[in-house]
Amino acid sequence: MNAWNDSVLVFLVLTNFILLGSRRPAARIRLTAIQGLLLGILTILVHADDVRLRTLLLALGSTFVKAGVFPWLLRRAVRETDVRRGVEPFVGYTLSVLMGMALLGLSIWMSSRLPLPPSQAGSLVVPVSFFSVFAGLLLVVSRKTALSQVLGYLVLENGVYTFGIALAYEQQLMVELGILLDLLVGVFVMGIIIFHISREFDHIEVHRLATLKDDHS
Amino acid sequence: MNVAAFLHIAVAMILAPFLLGVINRTKAIFAGRTGQPLLQVYYDLLKLLRKGAVYSRTTTWVFRAGPIVGLAALLTALLLVPFGAQRAPLAFEGDVILFAGLFAVLRFFTVIAALDTGSAFEGMGASREVQFSALAEPALLLGLAALAPLTGSFSLSGMLAGITAHTWLRTGPALALVVAVLLVVFLTENARIPVDDPNTHLELTMIHEVMVLDHSGPDLAFILYGSALKLWTLGVLLVGILLPVQTGPWLDVVLRLAGMIVLAVVTGIIESTMARLRLTHVPQFLAGAGVLSVLALLLALR
Repeated sequence: MNAWNDSVLVFLVLTNFILLGSRRPAARIRLTAIQGLLLGILTILVHADDVRLRTLLLALGSTFVKAGVFPWLLRRAVRETDVRRGVEPFVGYTLSVLMGMALLGLSIWMSSRLPLPPSQAGSLVVPVSFFSVFAGLLLVVSRKTALSQVLGYLVLENGVYTFGIALAYEQQLMVELGILLDLLVGVFVMGIIIFHISREFDHIEVHRLATLKDDHS
Repeated sequence: MNVAAFLHIAVAMILAPFLLGVINRTKAIFAGRTGQPLLQVYYDLLKLLRKGAVYSRTTTWVFRAGPIVGLAALLTALLLVPFGAQRAPLAFEGDVILFAGLFAVLRFFTVIAALDTGSAFEGMGASREVQFSALAEPALLLGLAALAPLTGSFSLSGMLAGITAHTWLRTGPALALVVAVLLVVFLTENARIPVDDPNTHLELTMIHEVMVLDHSGPDLAFILYGSALKLWTLGVLLVGILLPVQTGPWLDVVLRLAGMIVLAVVTGIIESTMARLRLTHVPQFLAGAGVLSVLALLLALR
């Protein structure tokens, strides 16, 4: 079973890299949807020994929310705010991919230093979860549009979720459902905010919002 | 020295241009044309060899040396690559570095021969070639380096012999990444479509073709034959990883030959169905391949 786990995790890493390097909003939303799907598959694979109802529910629920509801909400926001082309980010696309490479090395090094209990999901799952968190953070701080930051937030949460699958599989259901609910509300609110920002200011570039006060005074 | 390994060299030298024919035929079928004969590349080679070469007065010996050194480098690289589970005629620990180095020699001489003509065009092509290969080369080296911990060997022969169906089951993701990287390097090095178009003769978009514009006669034949050998050499590497069967000396050879034909057909399909990348996006594409190879290396080392 470990080879399957590893394949799914490698795919997760690859989607993270593509997210770091991609410039089209629609493609990036699709990638986060794929990540949601992969996480759902991973949840079932890790617990393949004894598939219980709650694992199935968790996998189905998270897949539904992450691969169904979020992309739908975000696509709507993109369509209504008309952000077709990404604005050039603070950190260029190729550079962010290279930084992602360094972050991957860092997360593998970090997870080899951490005294964690051995996980039943394989030794790759912890580094990958760290890498997802780092990649999400990088997306949040290096991009200019509010949409990219929402996507970065989602990637970050995917990392936390992966970590949860790896280590906290006993207490998982309640915590994960709570997080999912929070996320749903979060993305919903952010979708609305993106829409409102763009209606007020004709753009959703976050760094230009800092000069908001000056415009009005 | 084993006879079978040298047999592979002979087979490669005879069959390499045939692969170009297969690629062209695949593209022709996709485009709904009849296409040139499968053996057209051989006719071209014979025609070019019978002609005399024309040298511009601005060129020096560097220009004349380019194609010969390039072909010699490729023939040496061919000696390093094993076919099937046979050891290559020239195999030693660390020949991976020499393998990449020989490609660098070939590129260096193609580039300075192009610069030697003093044409602005060829300079442009040379600049692009060097820029892209600077990104493709680390990807190739890191991809091959990832094979070393997986198979416990530092020579190409040991690596390809070390990959079995069992290796695929155990470390499938890392190997798949290496294959993806090698495919990108294969397409880039052979000036194939997502990076370069071997058919284009539009000045602004050529990369490899523009560098050989001034060569003629036997020199051009050497270059054409060299590109066929390059396709074969890198292709053998790819097929060797993808088809880890070790059934017996003869069946192995037949299987790998079939694999090479399939690879040529796949290349033709990629060329027919994909558009060329914008020049500014090529470095990103190659950097992506580099990332894949680093990922493969990290997975292999873990």
